Amino acid sequence: MRVMAQMGMVMNLDKCIGCHTCSVTCKQAWTNRSGVEYVWFNNVETRPGQGYPRRYQDQERWRGGWVRNRRGRLQLRAGGRFRKLLTIFANPVLPNIRDYYEPWTYDYETLTDAPLGDDFPVAQPKSLLSGEPLAVEWSANWDDDLGGAPEHGPLDPIVQRLRSESEEKVRFDYERAFMFFLPRICEHCLNPSCVASCPSGAMYKRTEDGIVLVDQDRCRGWRMCVTGCPYKKVYFNHRTGKAEKCTFCYPRVEVGLPTVCSETCVGRLRYLGLFLYDADRVTAAASVPDEHDLYAAQLDLLLDPDDPEVIAAARREGIAEDWLEHARRSPVYRLAKEYRVALPLHPEFRTMPMVWYIPPLSPVVDRLVETGHDGESAPNLFGAIDALRIPVEYLAELFTAGDPAPVTEVLRKLAAMRSFMRDVTLGREIDESIPAAVGMDAEQIIEMYRLLAIAKYDERYVIPTAYEGEAHQLEELGCSLDVDGGPGMGGLGPFGEASGRSVPVSVETFHALRVRQTSEDVADPGVRGARVNLLNWDGKGRPPGLFPPPREAPGEPGDVTARGSAPDGSAGTAAPEDRR
Amino acid sequence: MSASDVLLWGVLPYVVVAVLVVGTIWRYRYDKFGWTTRSSELYESRLLRIGSPLFHFGLLVVVIGHVIGLLIPRSWTSAVGLSPTAYHVQALTLGGVAGFCTLVGVGILVYRRRTTGPVFSATTRNDKSMYVVLVAALVAGLATTLLGAMGGDEHDYRETVSPWFRSLFVLQPDVARMADAGLAFHIHTLIGMALFAIWPFTRLVHAFTAPLNYLFRPYIVYRSRATGPAARPRRRGWEDVGSR
Repeated sequence: MRVMAQMGMVMNLDKCIGCHTCSVTCKQAWTNRSGVEYVWFNNVETRPGQGYPRRYQDQERWRGGWVRNRRGRLQLRAGGRFRKLLTIFANPVLPNIRDYYEPWTYDYETLTDAPLGDDFPVAQPKSLLSGEPLAVEWSANWDDDLGGAPEHGPLDPIVQRLRSESEEKVRFDYERAFMFFLPRICEHCLNPSCVASCPSGAMYKRTEDGIVLVDQDRCRGWRMCVTGCPYKKVYFNHRTGKAEKCTFCYPRVEVGLPTVCSETCVGRLRYLGLFLYDADRVTAAASVPDEHDLYAAQLDLLLDPDDPEVIAAARREGIAEDWLEHARRSPVYRLAKEYRVALPLHPEFRTMPMVWYIPPLSPVVDRLVETGHDGESAPNLFGAIDALRIPVEYLAELFTAGDPAPVTEVLRKLAAMRSFMRDVTLGREIDESIPAAVGMDAEQIIEMYRLLAIAKYDERYVIPTAYEGEAHQLEELGCSLDVDGGPGMGGLGPFGEASGRSVPVSVETFHALRVRQTSEDVADPGVRGARVNLLNWDGKGRPPGLFPPPREAPGEPGDVTARGSAPDGSAGTAAPEDRR
Repeated sequence: MSASDVLLWGVLPYVVVAVLVVGTIWRYRYDKFGWTTRSSELYESRLLRIGSPLFHFGLLVVVIGHVIGLLIPRSWTSAVGLSPTAYHVQALTLGGVAGFCTLVGVGILVYRRRTTGPVFSATTRNDKSMYVVLVAALVAGLATTLLGAMGGDEHDYRETVSPWFRSLFVLQPDVARMADAGLAFHIHTLIGMALFAIWPFTRLVHAFTAPLNYLFRPYIVYRSRATGPAARPRRRGWEDVGSR
C-alpha cells in the first residue's frame, strides 16, 4: 500500500442553476488573456447537449483516454508511444478551433466614429484570430438551457447512444423535455491520460496533492495532451504555443483557500477536500475488464482515513499530520465513499477522475405533486425514480458507464433523505424504515442532510495548507540535535568557532536557556559557549556576564566598551556594579 | 586560395558554430517559455496534415543523407563494396526524392500560412525571414543535387566538401579543397551556415528538444511541489542569511 493524498471536488448537481458564475470568475482569474480567449477551465454545460468542445464525449471521434487491450493492459486510445511520435508533425485527432468556437470581439469603435447618418451604426463581430468580420455560429454554451435543442440535442453523443440502444428515451419536444446543468473542470485524474500523452514530460501530477499541472517552461507545444484528455480539458494557447489547463487554483489551495469556482459558486454546490488513495493499485483498478466495475474499482482505491493501518502507512509516506486530520474531516470522502451519493464523470474513460457528481433529483417532486400525489412521501418518491423526467439511463451514461443500478441507488438515498427530513422538520414521528430502505441509519441521513443542505464554508471546504505540514521546518527543528558536541550543542565546529554548519537561532536559544535554567552558577563569559539571555533582561542593571571582564586598569570608569580579558580568566565573575 | 576563401571556409564555419552553441544555450536559459513549436494546427489542419509530415519526414531523410555524405569517407563505402557509381545513383535518387518532398511540403506550408487568415496573422517577422533562409537552403541544396545528376562526376562533393567538413572538426580546415568545389556547393553551404546561425533565434529550436525520451519514461509523471516558500529562488538581495 502506497498512500497518496489527492485534492478532490464534489458537485451537487441538484443545486446547480446554470448561472455560469463559476465559469466567469474562473475566466476572469485565469484565462482573460489573448491566446486563451476560447479557453474555459471551468464551463457549465446543459445536458442533454453537445458539451464543450462540441461532442467531446465521443471517443470514437476524439480518441481520448485509455482502452483495455486484448492482453488486458491499458493503452492510450489515440495510440502508443511510437504512434504518437510518428504523428507528432500533424496530430490527426486534434480538435479544430471551430470545434470550440472562433473567439470574437465587436468593432465597438464604429459606434462612436461612424459619420452622422440615417442608420444606427452597428458593432460588427470580428474574429480575434484573423481580424476579419465573422458570423457568430457557436460558442462555449451555445445550446445553453436547451437553446436549439430540437436541432442540437440529437447530436449529444449520449442521446445518440441511448437512442441506438433502446426505444427513444430522450425527447426534445417541449412537454417532455428535461435538462440539468453539468459544471466541468479538469478532473485531476488518478490515472491521467493527458500526462501519459505528453511527449516532453512537461505535464505532471503533484505527489503532495495530486493536482495535474503543465510545466510552461518544458511544454514544447506537441499538442498530444489535448488529444489524450477525454474530457478535453487541456487547451492549446495559440499565442504562446503551450498547453494550459485548470490548475485547481493551486496557489489558493496551497494557502487553504477554495478554488475560485467553488468560492464564487452561488448555489454553494461544490465541496473540496482530501482523498487518501492507494497509488499502487491505480493501474489495476483502471484496467478491470467490465466497464460497469470501474466505479466500484475507483471507490475501492479510496482509503479510510480513520483506519489505523492507513494512517500508519500514510505516515510512512511522509504525509503530514494535519493533512491526515483534514482527510478525516473531508466532505468529499464522506459523500463519495461513506454515503456513496457522489459518482465520477465517465469512469469508462479509465482515467479515474477525481471530480465527483451527485446526480440531480429535483424535478421528480413537482411532477408527483402535479399528478396529485404526496411528492415527498418515501414510497411515492422511490416508485417515481424509474419514471423520472431525467432518465436514469442518461445519468448512468454520464456517471457509471451505463450501469443504472448505482445511479438508482443514489437517487433513492436522496429521496429517502428528503422524505425522512420532512418528518424531522415537521416534528412527526421518525420513520426508521426509510433510511433502512437505502441501507443507512437515521444518524447518517441527518449527517448527510447537514452536509448537503446547511454545511458552512469551513465544512464544505476542508483544505490543508501546503505549509502547515512543513511548519516544523520553520521552527528549525529540522536540524539534528542528537549529536553530542555537534553544532546543536552550543559547542564548536571541528575547525574552531564558526566552523561547521551554522547553528539555527532556536537551537542556540534552546541550549542557552537550558544552561541558564539548570546551572548553579551565573553565566561566566570566560567559559566559551555560555550566553546571557537578553530576552530575560529587564533593562535594569547589568546581568553578570553581560560584558567581558574589565582590563586590569580600566581606561575610564564608565567605559563599558573596553574589551579585555583577565590573563588568568578568574576575573570573569566581577560584577560591573562594583566599578561604579 | 584567396583571403576570402580563408574567411568563408576557414573562419566563418567556426563563427557559425559559436553563434549556434552560445545562442542555443542563451535561448534555453533565458527563453524556455518561448521554446516551442508554435503550432498552428488549431487554426487549420487539412493542409497541415499533408504538408507538415511531408516536410518533416523529408527533412529527416535529407539530414540523414547529409550525415552520410559528409561524414563517411569515400574509402569506407568502397571498402564495403559500394562502387562510386552505385553510391552516386542511390544518393541522387534518395536525396532527390527526399529533397523534392521537403520542398513540396514547405511549399504547402507556406501557401497555407499565407492564405489561412488566422495562420497568417500569427506569423511573425522572425518566421518570415526564417522561411526565406530555409527555403533558399532547400532550393540550393536540391539544385546542387540536380546539377550533380546532370553534370556527372566533376562536382563530386565527396572529394571537396566532405573532406573540408571533416577537417573542420580537427580544427585544421582544408580550405583549398572547399575552394575547389563548384559554385552551387558554395552557395548551398553559405545559405546552410546562415540557417544554422539564425537557428537558435527562431522557432526552429524545437528540433533540439525532439521528445525521444518519451519512448523510455514511465507514462505517468509525478513531481513534487517545490517545498514551501523556502524552495522558491530568492530574489537578489533577499538571500537567506542562515538564520533558519
